[in-house]
Amino acid sequence: MRQKNTYFHTIDWVTIGFYFALVFMGWLNIYAAVYDEQNATSIFDFSINSGKQLIWIGTSILLIIIIMVADYRLFHNLSLILYILFVIILFLTPFIGKEINGQRAWFELGIFRLQPAEFTKFATALALAKLMESQSFDLGKIKDQMKALGLIGLPIFLILLQPDTGTAMVYSAFFIMLYREGMPQRYYIIGLSLIGLSIITLAIENNLYLFGGIGVLTLAFITLSKKTWRNILGFGFMGIIMAAYALSLDYVVEKLPDHQQNRIMVLFDPDVDPLGVGWNVTQSKIAIGSGGLLGKGYLEGTQTKFDFVPEQHTDFIFCTLGEEFGWIGSFVMIALFAGLLLRLVFLAERQKTRFSRIYGYCVVSLLLFHFTINIAMTIGLFPVVGIPLPFFSYGGSSLWSFTILLFVFVKLDSNRIEILGRS
Amino acid sequence: MYTGRSLVVAVSIGVIAMVLLGKLFLIQVADDSYLRKAERNAIQRVVDHPYRGLVYDRNNALMVFNDPVFDLMVIPKDFSLKDTSRFCTLFDIEKTYLIENFNAAKEYSWVKPSPLIKQISKEDFAKVQDFLIDYKGLFVMTRSVRSYPQSAAANALGYIGEISGPQLSQDKSGYYVQGDYVGQSGLESYYEPELRGRKGVKYKLVNVRGIEKGAFKNGDLDTISFPGENLQSTIDLNLQLYGEHLMEGKRGSVVAIEPKTGEILTIISSPTYDPNVLKGAKFGQNYEILNSDQEKPLFNRPIMAMYPPGSIFKIVQSLIGLQEGILTPNTTFSCNKALVNCHNHPSPVNLFGAIRNSCNPYYHQAFRQIINQDISSNTYTDTQIGLDKWRADVLKFGLGNRLGIDMHGEKGGSIPSSELYNRIYGEGRWKYSTIYSLSIGQGEMLVTPLQMANLAAIFANKGFFYTPHLIKSINGDASRIPEKFKRKRDSGIDAGHFDMVQNAMVEALSGTATRAIMTDITIAGKTGTAQNPAGEDHSVFIAFAPKEDPKIAIAVYVENAGWGGRAAASTASLLIEKYLTGGIDRPQLEDYVLKGEFIY
Repeated sequence: MRQKNTYFHTIDWVTIGFYFALVFMGWLNIYAAVYDEQNATSIFDFSINSGKQLIWIGTSILLIIIIMVADYRLFHNLSLILYILFVIILFLTPFIGKEINGQRAWFELGIFRLQPAEFTKFATALALAKLMESQSFDLGKIKDQMKALGLIGLPIFLILLQPDTGTAMVYSAFFIMLYREGMPQRYYIIGLSLIGLSIITLAIENNLYLFGGIGVLTLAFITLSKKTWRNILGFGFMGIIMAAYALSLDYVVEKLPDHQQNRIMVLFDPDVDPLGVGWNVTQSKIAIGSGGLLGKGYLEGTQTKFDFVPEQHTDFIFCTLGEEFGWIGSFVMIALFAGLLLRLVFLAERQKTRFSRIYGYCVVSLLLFHFTINIAMTIGLFPVVGIPLPFFSYGGSSLWSFTILLFVFVKLDSNRIEILGRS
Repeated sequence: MYTGRSLVVAVSIGVIAMVLLGKLFLIQVADDSYLRKAERNAIQRVVDHPYRGLVYDRNNALMVFNDPVFDLMVIPKDFSLKDTSRFCTLFDIEKTYLIENFNAAKEYSWVKPSPLIKQISKEDFAKVQDFLIDYKGLFVMTRSVRSYPQSAAANALGYIGEISGPQLSQDKSGYYVQGDYVGQSGLESYYEPELRGRKGVKYKLVNVRGIEKGAFKNGDLDTISFPGENLQSTIDLNLQLYGEHLMEGKRGSVVAIEPKTGEILTIISSPTYDPNVLKGAKFGQNYEILNSDQEKPLFNRPIMAMYPPGSIFKIVQSLIGLQEGILTPNTTFSCNKALVNCHNHPSPVNLFGAIRNSCNPYYHQAFRQIINQDISSNTYTDTQIGLDKWRADVLKFGLGNRLGIDMHGEKGGSIPSSELYNRIYGEGRWKYSTIYSLSIGQGEMLVTPLQMANLAAIFANKGFFYTPHLIKSINGDASRIPEKFKRKRDSGIDAGHFDMVQNAMVEALSGTATRAIMTDITIAGKTGTAQNPAGEDHSVFIAFAPKEDPKIAIAVYVENAGWGGRAAASTASLLIEKYLTGGIDRPQLEDYVLKGEFIY
């Protein structure tokens, strides 16, 4: 008895509170997104998505219980096996999966459809933690960097075959964890610079201005630095690299299939392809923007309910919240997410083993990436990629996978003292 | 707690949350255009356009009615064309017109209907009806255009057209929206609030496929429509048609008034046009043609053209002289052609003779007495005082200011004041010899044909008049015409002074307008000539009849027709005959008017 009490004490109820608050908000919004005033059904009606989501929530609670009563060592021991298993499933998916929207990303189990790629994130996180836990693993070494990147790269490659660019992109989130674990800073400086340069390249249509800007920047660096030959050549080389990168990016974007090209260009010009990609972003912004400060009131929205926003209960679920609860609602939801993430960073830092900490940072990375990209795409800050909003979006695969991902960490955290004792 | 790289991660989470909230603040709170776009998306404004009121003539003959036309509406999201040129041929439109309208529709909304081709006539619609099912995203909305059973009174009835930008911004009621039709001239414009009725608006929620999802705000904002009210005009359609027939090929105006009521029986602006051309799809094109026509058919001459009144003004001078006690029927002056030119007639003449013979020197001398009453010993000051006093008397005849007819754009003419001459010549630098041409209705004096017809009504009524107007009743209720048309206005001249003047006007016809005389009806009239520095003088004639119990007062202007007796008097006489007897017994006179040599 006494031991059980201690056990409950070690569980981080703050995280669980954030989790249920987000799941509950998501469920209310899924109902609002499909609500039809003329043909109103109960939020519990299993024939509509909010009812189905309730099943997913219920089964998620079951999963939580299973995870919490399981032996924490199981996740440590199974990590590589799970990873290999999911890589095999991913490999097979394009051959035996069900084709939906031109992607073979789904397995059909009776009336339920599952998306293996969602669960592979969890398996990859465990595998990364396992790989990197040894004291000799050092991200400062190229060899170890390659190992980690290889582990991340394999599922990306397989998901791209489905093809599902959005989900594949999610794996880049692990760079957040790698940063914490000591990946050299220069990679991030270069990476962020390239992202910045890419945005500028795509935003500036006239290449003359772009190259002019790069030239001026290079000259400025040369003028301001010590005028050694080394510096002059170095900065000159940097300028040439930047110009070459900009040129090749333009070239690559032009060679992309139209729909992908439009997804990017619509960020800079909403009138590109107004009935295709532009339609999604424009309508999504209209829905959110029309919410004002306080929102139109629960179930009073018109834009998501009347299908102006596509995918309104999955990837664009944030529109319903923005429309019906306004900026205040958005604030509450983003505050909940930020609170959860900061809590998880705090929990990860207090872990006694590298395995738990690395896994904790993997959870932070994946949640932060999903959350940021999903909301950013609904308000036109990021191209439209089909990734769900964790805990919010309708769908079993998404809710299950995020629940498992999160609660395995909650479980590890609750056993952090014992883990220490063991090792 | 957070140190080193974990602090960087924690701060990044905070920054990301802030960036997202910042952008959300910009689109949700700082920018309200999204709210409007959302309403445009989901709220469909369904307007129920009521039928515009009909217009009847004074004998209940239909003058204006509504004819159905069809607007081809497009929903841009659903619409695509494989063969644009076939479509254009089918609907008889230019490709550029199609592209322009389609772009405008897209600009308005991708999912809600906008007009693609407006006002397709019944006949054209029948031709394309069967092909419509070949095109997705198109449907038809019925509305109506004004139609006219007879081509008559175009400028008086006016036309309707799409509300213009300035009109829309001037509309304080907020009733109109872009694309609404409003009366642009004539009765259509003046009685717009009565004729238009009240449109009903329903706000419906629709989903992305245009399927109705119930009423917006439970229909609290919805309004029901009321049909427009019918007008009965004072115009006698038969007389109007006959008058327009007589005026064919001439430039000028005819205004006939029922003196006892101020009701306008006929109002003609010539050259005119068929009001049926200013309707439907061809409005724009035809309007351009009319607007650029050198003969200015859209210029509403009876109320907008201004001319010097000429000799007819001598009657007004006589009446003011009598009323002021300066003239009596026995006041005699010689026809001194040294003062001002005149034609040959017995001299000297008394007032009766002066009117009958239209003697210029008589009025030169009489007017000097009216102006210079020796109130001041200074001639200049005395003239100034006299002129302003005289002007006040003249204004009472409805001259110098707008009469207030129920049409927009009426001109008031002008009667000069001392101020005007002070401006022209300087104060104290003009006297009677400067302004004497006013005595015979020349000089700095302008009147409209409408004012001239009103003078005839005053002479017929022996001193009073009603503001001339075009409306007898609204929705069958005569009491609803504007109050100002029910008020008797006084010319300030005692009725007793009119007997001699009326007799002189009857006599005047045998001198200057013998053709106008009728055997069984006594016409009192006066010819005039409006001097035209640009060419041949304008022929003017006013009359009323029967003298004993006047039923019609009329003014006729025929531009560039020379001396008044010939064209104008004959036309007036025929119209009087037509109105009083219902027919024409003088075909040779009709022939003369129709084939006379005063064609433009």
